Amino acid sequence: MSIFRQSFYCLMACLLTLSACAGDTTKVATNGPVPDPDNGGIKLPAGFGGQIVADKVGRVRHIFVNSNGDLYAKLEKLKDGKGIVRLRDKNGDGKFDETVGFGNFIGTGMAIKNGYLYASSNTEVFRYKLDEKNEVPDGAQPEKIITGLWDHHQHEAKPFTLDNNGNIYVTIGAPSNCCQVQDRVKGSPGQSPCPILDSAGGIWQFKVDKTNQSYAEGVRYATGLRNVMGLDWNTAVNSLYVTQHGRDQLFQFYPEMYSQKEGAENPSEEMFKVKLGSDCGWPYCYYDYTKKQKVLNPEYGGDRTKAGDCGSKEQSIVQFPGHLAPNDLLFYTGDMFPEKYKNGAFIAFHGSWNRAPEPQAGFFVVFVPFGKDGMPNGNWDVFADGFAGADINKAAYRPCGLAQGPDGSLYISDDNQGRIWRITYKK
Amino acid sequence: MKLIVGIFCLLALSLCAFTLPQQSGLKASKDRGKIVYDTYCLACHMQDGGGAPRMNPPLIKTKFVLGDKKKLIGIVMNGLSGVEVEGEDYSNVMAPHNFLTDQQIADVLTYVRNSFGNKASAVTVAEVKAARPKK
Repeated sequence: MSIFRQSFYCLMACLLTLSACAGDTTKVATNGPVPDPDNGGIKLPAGFGGQIVADKVGRVRHIFVNSNGDLYAKLEKLKDGKGIVRLRDKNGDGKFDETVGFGNFIGTGMAIKNGYLYASSNTEVFRYKLDEKNEVPDGAQPEKIITGLWDHHQHEAKPFTLDNNGNIYVTIGAPSNCCQVQDRVKGSPGQSPCPILDSAGGIWQFKVDKTNQSYAEGVRYATGLRNVMGLDWNTAVNSLYVTQHGRDQLFQFYPEMYSQKEGAENPSEEMFKVKLGSDCGWPYCYYDYTKKQKVLNPEYGGDRTKAGDCGSKEQSIVQFPGHLAPNDLLFYTGDMFPEKYKNGAFIAFHGSWNRAPEPQAGFFVVFVPFGKDGMPNGNWDVFADGFAGADINKAAYRPCGLAQGPDGSLYISDDNQGRIWRITYKK
Repeated sequence: MKLIVGIFCLLALSLCAFTLPQQSGLKASKDRGKIVYDTYCLACHMQDGGGAPRMNPPLIKTKFVLGDKKKLIGIVMNGLSGVEVEGEDYSNVMAPHNFLTDQQIADVLTYVRNSFGNKASAVTVAEVKAARPKK
C-alpha cells in the first residue's frame, strides 16, 4: 500500500469517527457534570463550580431534588397551563434535558418526604403519592391536605417544611406592613392587639396525612412573624428555623427618626429558631440593625430606644441588613462540600426594593456556619453572588429557592427568568 | 391697512403670550412635581419610574399613567392594591395620598406623565379639584 493510499484511509477513518461522535447527542456523559467555564455567570468561593442546569423554566419559586436526581420546581405563574415542573437529566451531564409539567395551580412551596411530593398554592397545600418509579405518575390527582388559608394579595405565598414526625409547617404571611389601622398610611397607629395574628403573621402546624385541614385543625406553632419565606427543619437538632422579611418604610414614615441610609438598612431581616409558642415580636417589635437591639416599632410608641416588652419576645439568632428578602433556607446535610458547611445554613436572598434611592442590594446566597448545638458559630458570609448582573437596580436573576442533590450538590433557582444553577465542590 | 397690520400684531402677540406661559407652566409644574415624586413616590416606584417586579407597578408608558386622567387622579387620592398592569400582578399596597394638595397632585401627575419616556398632557389643578370628593 502506498503511503498516499494509507494516509487517505486513515483520514477517512478519522472523519467517520468524528462524524459519528458529532451525530451522537444521546451519548451518556461518562465524566459526569462539569461546571461551566464561567461558573454560570456567578461568583463562588474557591474550589466551588457553578453550572447552569436549566433556563427559562418559568417563575421558579421553591425547588426540591428527589433521591433519583429529578428536580421539582414550583411555579408562581402557570407555564403551558402547568404550575409544577419536573426536570430530569437523562444523559448524566448535569443539565436537565427533559421537562414535564403537571398541576394546575400557582404557588411557592415544594418538598418531597416519605414517598409524597408536597406543593402549595397561595391558600392550600396538596400532596401527590410517588409511584414505584419514584415519580409522580402521569395524570395523578393530588390530595388536598390543607385549605382555606388567607390570601389577601400581600405576603400571600405559602412556603412550608416538614419534620420527621408527620407534621408540616406552613407560613401564613401577614397581609400588612406593620398592622396599622390603615396599612402603609403614614401616621396611622398600630393596632394593639393586632387582630391579624389570629389568622396570619406566623407559622401553622398541620398533619401531613389528613385532608382538608384548615385553621380549626391546625396549631399556631409560632407567631409574631410578618412574612417567612425561608423555613427548614434542622434534623441535626430537630428544630424549626425560619427567616423573616422585616417591615418596610421606616424612613418614609419616620424621617425624623431614621436617615435615608438607616431606613435602607432597617429593620434587620432576621433568622429565628422557633419552638411551639414562640412569639417573634411582629408587629410590636423590630430588630434595629444600626443599634443592634430589638426595640418597639414607632407605630407602637417606639423611639429607637424604648424596648417595651420586646426583650421577652423570641430573639433572633442571625441578623442581616434590611430589605434583602431571605426567600429560602436550607440546612446542608451533604458530604460533597468541605466540613465547615455540614449542618450550616444556606439562605437565598431575593434582593431588595425598599432601599431607593440607595442602590438595591441582596440578590445573593449567604452561608451561616452552625455548631452541633444548632446555633450559629461564626459570621454569615456571601456564598454565591453576581446574580443581579451589571445593573443592581435591574437585577437579571433573583435567587428564590434552594435544594440539595443526592450527591450533596446545591441547587439555586431564580424566579425572574427561570434559571437553575447547580453548585459542586471538587477537592 | 395700518389697522389690519395692528390687529395682526396684536393677535400674534396674544398668541405668543398664550403659548409661552403654557410651556413654561408645564416645566414649572414638572419641576414642582419632581419634588413631590421624590418625597412620596420614589421609594416604591423608583427613580426611573420602573417600579419593583411583582411588588410596585412601573409608571412607564402604561395605560394607567397615559390614559384616563380622572382615574389616575383617583389612584393618587384613594390608593390601590393588588393591581394587574400590562399582564403582571403587583401585590404591594399603595396608601391613599389624599393629604396632598390639588396643586401637588396636579404637579406630580404632570411630572409622571412627562418623565420616564412618557409624553402626555399636563394634569391641571381644576381637574384634580373636580375629581376630589365633595365634602
